[in-house]
Amino acid sequence: MTAIFSAITPTSVWYLILAAVLFGIGALGVMVRRNPLVMFMCIELMLNAVNLSFVALARTWSDIEGQTAVFFVLIVAAAEVVVGLGIIVSIMRRRTAATADDLSSLKG
Amino acid sequence: MELVVFILAAAMVLVGAVGVVVRRNPVHAALSMVLTLFGIAVLFVALNAHFLAAVQVIVYAGAIVVLFLFVIMLLGVDEAEDLAVEPIAGQRPLAIIVSGGVVALIVSAIVASRTILGQHGSGLATTTVDNPDANVQAVARSLFANHVFAFEVTSVLLLIAVVGTVVMARRLRADDGAGK
Repeated sequence: MTAIFSAITPTSVWYLILAAVLFGIGALGVMVRRNPLVMFMCIELMLNAVNLSFVALARTWSDIEGQTAVFFVLIVAAAEVVVGLGIIVSIMRRRTAATADDLSSLKG
Repeated sequence: MELVVFILAAAMVLVGAVGVVVRRNPVHAALSMVLTLFGIAVLFVALNAHFLAAVQVIVYAGAIVVLFLFVIMLLGVDEAEDLAVEPIAGQRPLAIIVSGGVVALIVSAIVASRTILGQHGSGLATTTVDNPDANVQAVARSLFANHVFAFEVTSVLLLIAVVGTVVMARRLRADDGAGK
C-alpha cells in the first residue's frame, strides 16, 4: 500500500482536471442559485479553479510567472469582492427579498 | 506521499465546492467555501507555491470570507433559501448540461495534451532547509523586475475600489436624509 502511494506522483494533469471540475461546480452554482451572495461565492470558486491551474502549469513549465499571475488574480478578486458586496449591500438595504430574480425591477 | 496529500486536499476542495452550491443557508455556504479555500492552499503547498498558499489563507480564507459573513449578518439574509422552487422551467437540467459540457470539453482538451502537460518541471526554485525563502524570492524577483508596472497599477485599482465603495455607501446615507 505504501509502495503504491510512493510510486504514483500526481502530475499536472491531475491538478488541471481537479481545477476543471471545480470550475464546473462554480459555473453550475452561478446558474442554479438565486441568492446573489451565493452566486458571488461560486464566482470565487471559479477564480480559485483558474488559480490552481495557473500554479500547476507554473510547475510544469518551471516558470514562476504563473505564480505571479495568481498574485494579480488575488488582488483583482479582492477588489471585485469589495465593490460587488458594496453594490449588494446598497441594493439589499432597500428591499428585503434576497433573490436575484427580484432585482429585475432594476430594469425600470 | 504527494498522492496522499493530493487525494485529501482534492476531497476537501470538492466537498466544499459542492457544499457551496447545495447548502440552503448562505452562512453554511460561506463556511463550505472556507473548506475549499484551505484545500486549494494545501494544493499550492504541494505545488511548491508556498508564498501563494500563505496569501490564499490570509486574503481568501481570512479577509474575503469574513467580508461575506459580515455582509450576510449585516443584511440578515441568512434565512434558508427554498431550493425546491425552480424559477424557470428546465433551468436546473439545462445548467447541469451546460456546466457538465464545459467540464467535459476542458477535461478532453487536457487529456488530449497529457504528454506535454504530464512532464515534471525541475527548474522552479523549491524551498529547502538551506534556502527557506526560495519561493518568495523567486516570486518577488518576477513581480518587482518583470511586472513592476502592473504591480503599481494594482495599487490604483485597490484605491479606486475603496473610494468607490465609500462613495456608494455615502450616497445612500444622503438619500436617506433627503427622504426624511
